[in-house]
Amino acid sequence: MAAIDMNMPVLIVDDYKTMLRIIRNLLKQLGFHNVDEATDGAAALQKLRDKQYGLIISDWNMEPMSGLQLLQEVRADQNLKALPFIMITAESKTENVLAAKEAGVSNYIVKPFNAATLKTKLTSVIGNF
Amino acid sequence: MVAALLPEDLSKRVQELAKKRPEIDPADIIEVVESVMTSISGDLSAVNLKLYAEIESLARFINQAKSEIAALRPDEIKDEHLATATDELEAIVGSTEQATNQIFEAVEMIESLAPTMPPETSEKITAAVTSVYEACGFQDITGQRITKVVHALQHIEGKVEGLLNAFGQEFQRAPAGAKADGGKKLPPGKTARPDEHLMNGPQRPESAISQDDIDALLGFD
Repeated sequence: MAAIDMNMPVLIVDDYKTMLRIIRNLLKQLGFHNVDEATDGAAALQKLRDKQYGLIISDWNMEPMSGLQLLQEVRADQNLKALPFIMITAESKTENVLAAKEAGVSNYIVKPFNAATLKTKLTSVIGNF
Repeated sequence: MVAALLPEDLSKRVQELAKKRPEIDPADIIEVVESVMTSISGDLSAVNLKLYAEIESLARFINQAKSEIAALRPDEIKDEHLATATDELEAIVGSTEQATNQIFEAVEMIESLAPTMPPETSEKITAAVTSVYEACGFQDITGQRITKVVHALQHIEGKVEGLLNAFGQEFQRAPAGAKADGGKKLPPGKTARPDEHLMNGPQRPESAISQDDIDALLGFD
């Protein structure tokens, strides 16, 4: 497997600025410094179409476009469909996980989460770093 | 003469019968028909009386229910209590976010000093800082739980509004200076999202599934 480009742009999406800050700081600790933010699915989708990202980490419950809708849009877009997509969300029912899986999520982290879980899931999606 | 007591159509039929069966006395037929009609009329009156009594009882019940509901002051509930509750809850979200940002400022500053420390100290600082970041995730969960409560209150507010509209002027409305609805409802014409039914929000520990359960469902790791 090719070495991971630690400078690849990562897009994080959450409507809570606190969570964006947490994820950004944890990614920074892991070595990912090139991080952009969006506060809802629609804004994220626009960023994805404007710039090439190596990974997206998104919340689910957002307005006007949710994380699930964003995932569906990404997987339906020929240019974006292969993008690794990790959902980080408080939605913790079985039906949620299955819906995300059906929509093509790369991995799923339930909040509250810790740094070790984030690293494990990132590794499973993009490879060792 | 007796036939004159019957309705015209029945009288004619009795006369026709008398012609066909001369051995039967028309007076006997008329007597039977009369008694049948009398019994039916009596039953109809009893049914009507019973129905009127039920309707009257229902009307009394409705009036009493309206009085009791009016005593609850639904206008006050909607315009003051519910509005206050949602405002307070949103203030909680705002203040916890502010406090969390303050924590971040301090912790990020500490983290920036870690590279200047001896390796062992740096490692400990980084671990502690990471722990603080993880703990600050509470603000997100708290915010989502409060949002659930706010939505529930808005739903109740909608029901109370419906009640007020149904009873119109009978329930005294609050004065003009009372707090108006903060526009938290869906704008006119806006429809729910396709995945609205999956918007359950944070779950109580006893009903949420664990990260291990999720991993097992996904089967990715």
